[in-house]
Amino acid sequence: MSDAPVLPPAPPAPNPKPVIPPKPAAGNAVSQERRQFIFTWLGLAWTAFALATGTALSTVLRFMFPNVLFEPKTSFKAGRPDDYEIGKVDERWKEKYGVWIVRTLEGIYALSVVCTHLGCTPNWLEGEQKFKCPCHGSGFYKTGINFEGPAPRPLERLRISLADDGQVLVDKSKKFQQEKGEWNDPESFLTP
Amino acid sequence: MPSFSFKDFRLKTQVGKSIFRHGYSDDERDRALTVLTNVFFHLHPVKVRKSGARFGFTWCAGGLSFFVFLTLVVSGILLMFYYRPTVEYAYNDIIAMREHVPFGIMRELHRWGAHAMIITVWLHMFRVFMTGSYKPPREFNWVIGVILLVLTMLLSFTGYLLPWDQLAIWAITVGSNMARATPFLGHEGPGAALLKLGDIQLIHSGSDVRFALLGGNFVGAAALLRFYILHCVAIPVVVVILMAVHFWRIRKDGGISAPL
Repeated sequence: MSDAPVLPPAPPAPNPKPVIPPKPAAGNAVSQERRQFIFTWLGLAWTAFALATGTALSTVLRFMFPNVLFEPKTSFKAGRPDDYEIGKVDERWKEKYGVWIVRTLEGIYALSVVCTHLGCTPNWLEGEQKFKCPCHGSGFYKTGINFEGPAPRPLERLRISLADDGQVLVDKSKKFQQEKGEWNDPESFLTP
Repeated sequence: MPSFSFKDFRLKTQVGKSIFRHGYSDDERDRALTVLTNVFFHLHPVKVRKSGARFGFTWCAGGLSFFVFLTLVVSGILLMFYYRPTVEYAYNDIIAMREHVPFGIMRELHRWGAHAMIITVWLHMFRVFMTGSYKPPREFNWVIGVILLVLTMLLSFTGYLLPWDQLAIWAITVGSNMARATPFLGHEGPGAALLKLGDIQLIHSGSDVRFALLGGNFVGAAALLRFYILHCVAIPVVVVILMAVHFWRIRKDGGISAPL
C-alpha cells in the first residue's frame, strides 16, 4: 500500500470554461419561486384532491376484502384412530373439509385433496391404488408422491394430532411439503 | 284519407324540426350534417374512403365485433331476468333457461355470441396488423384496441363461471390459481416476498389479487357473485366507454386507413 505510485497531476483541460460568478439575486429568486410553489391555494387544492382520491380508492380496495369468510373450518375432529382401516384411503372428509385420511402400518397421515398442478381435486382409484386428477391427468401414489402427469410436486400433508378426548385432530392451516423435507416432522404423522 | 309526408313532417312540424338538426336534401352538406349532428353517428367518420369500405380491406371485423357485442348486450340483459347468481339457484336457472323459458335459444345465442366475438376481435386485430393500420397517427387507438381485446377475454372468463357446473368451477379454479403467480400482487408470484413491513408479509394467500378476485380462498359463493357483477356490470361499463373512445379516435385519426 505504501508503495503506491504517485500519480502525476492531471493536465489542465484544453478549453477551461470561464467561471461565471453567481449572481447574488439568483438564489433569492429560486427560493422565492419554490416558496410560492409550496404555499399556494392551488397547491393546497391539488393536495387535498389527491388525498381524497387516494383515500377513496384505497377504501374501494379494502372493501373487496371481507372481514368474515363463510368457509369451512380449517381444523376439525375426525373420529378415533380405530375408525380408520389400515391400508385404506378414507374419503369421508373429502367433500366437507377437503382431506383424505390414510392409515398405514406405521401410522396415520392427512393428505390435502388439492392437486399441486393447478388446484383441481383428484380422485382416489382403489383398483389402481393411485390418486388421479381429472383435469390434466396428474397421478399420485397413496403416499401422496407424484409419479405421472404435470404435477410438479407431491400432495401436501396436513398437521395431524390426537385431541384430549382421544379423537384425531386435523389442522389444515399447517401444511407439510415432502420436497422441503417436512414429512419427517412429527406433526405431519400420527402414530397411535 | 290524408297522405302522410315524411318530408313535410321533417321540415314543417315543430316535432320534426326539433328532432333533426339538419336539412333534407342529399347534397354533401346535409349528408355530412346527418352524421355530425347525431349523438350516435358523430363517433363515426363523416366520410369513408371507397377503398376503406371495401370488404376485402377490413373484413368488417371491427364492425362485426361491435354488432356481436350489441347482440350479447341484448341477450345478456334478457338472461339477467331469469338468472340468480347464488350457489342454490345458478345451475338450475341455467337449465331452466333452456327448458322453461320462452325462446330457449336465448342462452345459446349469448354463448355462441361470446365465441363469435372472440373470433371477430382477434380477426380485427389481425387485419389491423396486416394492413399496418396501427402506425402513426393510430398508435393510441391500437393500444385502446389491445385493452379492449383483454377486456373481451375477461368477459369470457367471468361468464365461464356463471353456469356453475363442474366445467365452470374447475376451469375458474385453474384460471384463478394462475393469479397466484402475478408479479408482486400474487402470493406465489415473483417479488411478492419483497413487500413486507418489518416481519409482516403484506401479500399472503388472504390478501393477494386471487383472493380479491374470488372473495375467498376457493371458488365458492362469493366468487360466483363477484364474477356475476364483473361480467354484467363492471367490465361492460369499461368496455362501452373504451369503445366510444375507440370509434371516436378512428374519426379523429382520419377515418379508416387507406390500403398500403
